[in-house]
Amino acid sequence: MKKQKTYLLEIILNGEWKKVEVEPQETLLYVLREKFGHTEVKEGCGKGDCGACAILLNGKPVNSCLTLALQADGQTVVTLKGIGTPEKPHPLQESFVKKGAIQCGFCTAGMIVTAKGLLDKNPQPSKDEIQKAISGNLCRCTGYKKIIEAIEEAAQKLQRTMNNKR
Amino acid sequence: MNIETEFRIIGKPIPRHDAYEKAMGLTQYAADFSLPGMLYGKVLRSPHASARIISIDISKAKRLNGVRAVLTAKDVPKNESVTRFGQTHALGGGFEGLYRVLADKKVHFLGEPIALVAAETEGIAEEALEKIKVEYEPLQGVYDSLEAMKSDAPLVEEGRSNIITHFEVIKGNIEEGFAGADVIVENTYRVPHVDHAYLEPESGVAWIDENGIVTLRVSTQVIEHFRGIADVLNLPHNRVRVIAPYVGGGFGGKEDITVESFIALLAYKTKRPIKLTYTREESIFCHSKRHPYVLEYKTGAKKDGKLTALQARLVSDAGAYVYLSPWVLTYSMVTAAGPYRIPHVKVDGYTVLTNNIYTSANRGFGAPQVCFAYESQMDELASRLKMNPLEIRKMNYLEKGEALATGEILEHHVALQETTQKAYQALGEKTKAKGHHKVGQGIASGMMSYGRMIFLHDTSRSYVSMEMDGSVTVRAGVQDIGGGQTSSLAQIAAEILGVSLEDVKVYFGDTALTPLAGTTTATRQLYMSGNATLMAAQEVRKTLLIMAGKIMEMDPERLDLVDREVVDKEGSDKSLPLVDVVRACASDGLPLYNVALYKAPFRNLTQFKRIEGPVFPDFTHGTHAVEVAVDEETGVVKVLKLIACYDVGRAINRLSVEGQLEGGAIYGMGYGLMEKIIIENGVIKTPSFSEYLLPTSLDAPEVQTILLESGDGVGPFGAKGVGEPSLNSIAPAIANAVYDAIGVRIFDLPLTPEKIVRVLKERNQRIGKR
Repeated sequence: MKKQKTYLLEIILNGEWKKVEVEPQETLLYVLREKFGHTEVKEGCGKGDCGACAILLNGKPVNSCLTLALQADGQTVVTLKGIGTPEKPHPLQESFVKKGAIQCGFCTAGMIVTAKGLLDKNPQPSKDEIQKAISGNLCRCTGYKKIIEAIEEAAQKLQRTMNNKR
Repeated sequence: MNIETEFRIIGKPIPRHDAYEKAMGLTQYAADFSLPGMLYGKVLRSPHASARIISIDISKAKRLNGVRAVLTAKDVPKNESVTRFGQTHALGGGFEGLYRVLADKKVHFLGEPIALVAAETEGIAEEALEKIKVEYEPLQGVYDSLEAMKSDAPLVEEGRSNIITHFEVIKGNIEEGFAGADVIVENTYRVPHVDHAYLEPESGVAWIDENGIVTLRVSTQVIEHFRGIADVLNLPHNRVRVIAPYVGGGFGGKEDITVESFIALLAYKTKRPIKLTYTREESIFCHSKRHPYVLEYKTGAKKDGKLTALQARLVSDAGAYVYLSPWVLTYSMVTAAGPYRIPHVKVDGYTVLTNNIYTSANRGFGAPQVCFAYESQMDELASRLKMNPLEIRKMNYLEKGEALATGEILEHHVALQETTQKAYQALGEKTKAKGHHKVGQGIASGMMSYGRMIFLHDTSRSYVSMEMDGSVTVRAGVQDIGGGQTSSLAQIAAEILGVSLEDVKVYFGDTALTPLAGTTTATRQLYMSGNATLMAAQEVRKTLLIMAGKIMEMDPERLDLVDREVVDKEGSDKSLPLVDVVRACASDGLPLYNVALYKAPFRNLTQFKRIEGPVFPDFTHGTHAVEVAVDEETGVVKVLKLIACYDVGRAINRLSVEGQLEGGAIYGMGYGLMEKIIIENGVIKTPSFSEYLLPTSLDAPEVQTILLESGDGVGPFGAKGVGEPSLNSIAPAIANAVYDAIGVRIFDLPLTPEKIVRVLKERNQRIGKR
């Protein structure tokens, strides 16, 4: 098999400048998982139907399986691990645990990423707005109720923190 | 009994330890794990549903640079065996189906595996698949279960009848029952193939460890397939180890072997680690589906609503291989007449081979199919008798101590009177219809077993030990598929040993290191492994309290373990740090561990045609109530309210129980409204989530759960299982609500807009509208 031509990809991944050689047909999902070891980004369908691979590209939730890695060149990428860490968890991560919004957990990374994208744009979403925002993220375990409650709770907590800062 | 004060940890809504790791992105699912020097596997699958294999030429694929192995049926040490799920002996009666690793001579369904490739990259493995040349001679297939039963139908497996099994249930005299009926309703119901649609596709990594052990780390509900894998490789059972990390959803689809035999064979052949992950398309094409059934039901009742007779004929499509079809049919047989007192019953059940995708376990396991039929029939009767659907059910529900049509006595509390009343009440006033919408309300109730069929002689083991610092280790070979399987065990151990939940670590899912705890199927883990963990923890507790009694010069009966202290139950201020007792036990050489074996009730069956007598350890009962709005223009059904009321026996973790009931309701709503694998001549036409539609956040109403706690289950602390029963009656509740809204019944699932529009058109023509 002849060697595929590669190109240098440079991205800011979870706040860190990263470089790697990629092939033009490689998806951002593939590069995140296989070249950067970010296996918290999940592949559920590879076709943009399920949302498990959602990441924030310049702050906007996108399906990384439908994004070529080189389309992200020079841009910022945030995965679940960039949203919060065990040392400094994000209120969404805390509320998902507390509310029982996680069962098998396979949709969780994409779900929290999508919710983060929503709250950054719309800090006090209505229930309808939350339902719409996560409608591209399939969950087979929870029936969505506790996920929606968790996003509502995180939004309230973030709002309180904002108010306290003022 | 006030549960809030009785227990410290049991019954509380406790965030699960696994949820934290998952929220942080730390959990390594099967496909997230890699090893140095790892190869990638791919499977060549049949493009025909029924064909003879004339020849297979792998020479070009083998010569491809980067290909390390190409295997066909002749390379498999033992290519054919029978499926076993931990049963100790062959049951007969069709219960052991043929299991074939790779197709040999003939393919029986589209997607049947034919060859395996291992290569340095996934791309090379895919290219190698294209270079394998298989010559087929297409054969006539059979794609409909009723057609397959005919004597002149093509045989799916040469030399055996397409009818795998014919079971029957007989109670009383069916002719007499119908002779005594004032009203009889007779209908045929159909339910489709549906997919499990777990978000995590099948995946696993296999390698040969430094001791020569074939080791698999795989997404599975059954690590005890290690025996079957060892048989395929012709190795002793103790030379194959299976590890199950957290599983990204199972729902029965990871109960049968998926990638295990393939990766074991490739690792064994290449001596290199190998990863194989299905694409979503491959997953939908190639794993089992829920059995489609044709259900012919005839139910008779007196004028006052009392049931007199029920006759049913059930035919399930097993697809091309037997897998768990006779087991699933057994579940259908036991509950075919529903949770009702009916003097005369006759049920005939058949499961039939076809050239469709094979069917096997799917959450509910044969119970939801018959529930759709018997609960639709109850509303049909109510409608004919001009009775309230609630009243006709309540006058016919079985009570504790009464028997099912099979003769199985319901030995534990039957809460259906309460669940139905409460679910119905919670519906409240009917929402006002707007525009061209019609609003309807409906209920359906049901029963489903938890724990395996008792002739399987099910057991589970759990190891509990207290470490020198007072922390607790649980080792149990359970598979955690997201239902909180391990978290519940931690709660039980923490409760009994007087430590916090954070003090308990559960090691799980490893055939080499954790005592075997059986399958995470059949809604059995809390019941079986929960009881085993409870028993083991109680033994450790006993040792600790006897020692504490000695040190404190008190009767051990007076002592309790609370927050890492030994305390006096009678309230004196005498206490002792737990670690002091632990050290004293250790220095006396007392065992601070126990491995307990929990045994379900056992019973052997003498024959399999007639299903009679006890089959299950116990049942879970519950009711769904729904309100729908039907758009008469578009046919779209929107669920406005959805109430799930269940007797859960005892909620061990309230959050987890609610989660099961909420998730189960929406899973079942998909069955009722949108999910159907469309198969034409054996070809699946819906191999993606844009064609096979699942409920999204926009479809799902807010499920209201009502938990009743009778304390009369056979699980730990009186718990019952809820994982599968949680979806049992939702589809008929929706069908009944749609009937209430538009006055027309749909007899085949799902209730798609196309069907609604069609029946409305027929209705309007009948009544002369338009």
